[in-house]
Amino acid sequence: MNELIGLVLITIGVLFDLLGCVGLVRLPDVYNRIQASTKCVVLGTTFCLLGAMVWLATPAVVVKGLLCILFLLITSATAAHTLARAAHRSGVSLADESVIDRYAEDLKDLYENEETVS
Amino acid sequence: MTTIEFLVPLLIVGLLICCAMCLYRIANGPTAADRMVAIDILGTVVVGFVAIITAVSGKAYLLDIALVWALVSFVGTLALAKYLVGKQLNE
Repeated sequence: MNELIGLVLITIGVLFDLLGCVGLVRLPDVYNRIQASTKCVVLGTTFCLLGAMVWLATPAVVVKGLLCILFLLITSATAAHTLARAAHRSGVSLADESVIDRYAEDLKDLYENEETVS
Repeated sequence: MTTIEFLVPLLIVGLLICCAMCLYRIANGPTAADRMVAIDILGTVVVGFVAIITAVSGKAYLLDIALVWALVSFVGTLALAKYLVGKQLNE
């Protein structure tokens, strides 16, 4: 029974992974790709780890799986944020269909304030 | 048991298709930022791969590899992002 529940969880995870990678290939823009692929793939990998934990259900696997899920949730969000910030700062342009760019407006306000202070 | 024997190769093939899509984006992403995103996603997919192998083989020590892989992939992505902040990424 444990094996079947774990197998179902792992299957859900692999489906989410596939959806995220389709987003990575199909979407038009760096920022769209970051948002789609990071969310879907992290959720899918979390489900895979949960499936392994349910399948085996030994203390070592459960503790290591929980640690791995914790690290994954923290580090992937941080890495996606850092990548998006680095891409925007280094001048990668948005897709043609984009309608708004709040971060550029914030940066412009920041530079104007710095000039008035100095 | 037949369900497991039927489904596990399908799951592994699904993750291999994920890796192939990431490699496609690494090979012809238009900017360097696309390639960095794809490398990050590839690292996360490999963690899921290790989880499946752990569940099938029943060896708990394989999850150590997943743990270390997640952390090292994070540090690599962070270092590349910091290094490329000052540069123009549009090729």
